[in-house]
Amino acid sequence: MPIHEQSLIRPENIRTHDELVLDGIDVSGHWSTFIEPRVVTDYNEALEDEIAALPGGENIHRCWQCGSCTNSCTVNAVNPDFNPRYWIYLIRMGMESELLRDRDIIWQCVSCNKCTYACPRDVEPEGVMKATAHWLEKKGHTPKSPSIIFDEIFADQVIARGKIEESSIIRKFLKRTGQPLMQDWLIAMARGLLMKLPVGLMRRMGLAMLFRPRTAGWSKARAALEEYVEECEREQRRALGLGNGKPE
Amino acid sequence: MSEERKYERVAYYPGCALEGTGHAYNRSTKAVGKALGLKLDEVKNWNCCGAMEVKNIDPKIQTYLSSRVMSIAANEMGHDVVMAPCNGCYHNLKKAEYDLEHDGKSREVVGRLSEKAGHETYEAGRVETIHALDWIKDGIGEDGLKAKVKNSLQSVKIANYYGCMYTRPRHIFPEKDKGPGSESTSEPHFMDDLLAAAGAENVDFPLKTACCGGAHTLSDSDISTKLVLNILEAAETAGADVIATECPTCHTGLEMHQIRAEKRLGRKTTVKILYFTQLLGIALGLSPRKVGVHENVSDSRGFLKEKGLA
Repeated sequence: MPIHEQSLIRPENIRTHDELVLDGIDVSGHWSTFIEPRVVTDYNEALEDEIAALPGGENIHRCWQCGSCTNSCTVNAVNPDFNPRYWIYLIRMGMESELLRDRDIIWQCVSCNKCTYACPRDVEPEGVMKATAHWLEKKGHTPKSPSIIFDEIFADQVIARGKIEESSIIRKFLKRTGQPLMQDWLIAMARGLLMKLPVGLMRRMGLAMLFRPRTAGWSKARAALEEYVEECEREQRRALGLGNGKPE
Repeated sequence: MSEERKYERVAYYPGCALEGTGHAYNRSTKAVGKALGLKLDEVKNWNCCGAMEVKNIDPKIQTYLSSRVMSIAANEMGHDVVMAPCNGCYHNLKKAEYDLEHDGKSREVVGRLSEKAGHETYEAGRVETIHALDWIKDGIGEDGLKAKVKNSLQSVKIANYYGCMYTRPRHIFPEKDKGPGSESTSEPHFMDDLLAAAGAENVDFPLKTACCGGAHTLSDSDISTKLVLNILEAAETAGADVIATECPTCHTGLEMHQIRAEKRLGRKTTVKILYFTQLLGIALGLSPRKVGVHENVSDSRGFLKEKGLA
């Protein structure tokens, strides 16, 4: 069968014959492009439901594969393997092993929301990308991505204090991801700043690092949020069939 | 005209970035407000809106965080307008407004968290969230601005960069795309309009709403550097001297990755990066120091002198 949906098939599963005659008709070249016959035995029929159970994935069932998401995607323009439409297709088909082949790049979505803007079906593909990245991590298919490590450090500080202090988040992030604090470009940036800043401003920034900003009377909000985060975690683990729903 | 006094006094939500890396934006926003006679009451004891990160833990936490800010502005301060200059804060407050209006589960979670945290639950519709662009555009208008310009930006060519969070996704900005006078989500123009009123020449810049990779500026720096380099090089190709920004994350991202692109990819760009409020402040006759030009990483002091603006 000639196919017109090449972006949904792995290149190694596509075969084009330079010369081919079928039933006396010459179908050489473009019209002789075929999908390699293959048998898929490892469907995960629950895959779509699992993604839909995670925040952001709720609307995946609405997709009708128009491709507007991939067409508008910021990351796709940098890396053509980043293909939201394809992943949504795989998830809806339950083709888990195919999805896992791209496990190392799905987290790279930059949340620019061009896909969600373009989507005619309100799938909110940006949310689906985040849900899929979380699913990969929760199921143990990938280690925590740098992105989720950053999100966790950030969210922990907001929940604990009500406000964030940027430099401590950057330092914690570089430490947790094993990167040196002294990056050439960070040094160049800091040097550029220090040469211009008045003493008063430097003192203020130094004080912010020592006495981290916090929202007054935040303790009740903190307790409520911590409780809610645990509740979300339990619900998500239950939805993914992980253990007894207790947090990791 | 009854519209004349619109936005004369609004609740001001600076957000975390404007107390840190985006301090120049905070300083210039306040200075411009003062010069234009627009008053700002800072939201008392505000908290972080959740930025781009907290929603990835759970979106409803972000909805709660943003709702608390709006609740204080409405219930404790009696304001009906909140102005947020940061695209991230602005976006999150808009998103919370939308979710609380349309999603019962969000209302339930926010109600429960607000009660436990001990403050009044925010109800959708109590405040209108606006961006600093709306504040000046609708509060003063181009004619009002023109009348106050002391230092025309006539020799400055500007690429206006709006970023992602100011226009996308469309559904959380019901007031946009309403025809003449309203902001467009596909081709935003409020910043262009204001800077044109201040005398500047806006270049035809195709990447107004492109993404700078701000969400992954540290966690996936190589992609961010490529995205930023696109923006910087496109601005230079369009003939811009300056990229005007309206978001601390975009602004810092452009500055950081301008340096990183030179260090890591050997691609040097010299286009200057300034907050639109800094440019407006200078046009209104304020000194570069008053609008925090010395606090930017990208050094525009020489450029402004050259143009006779400092």
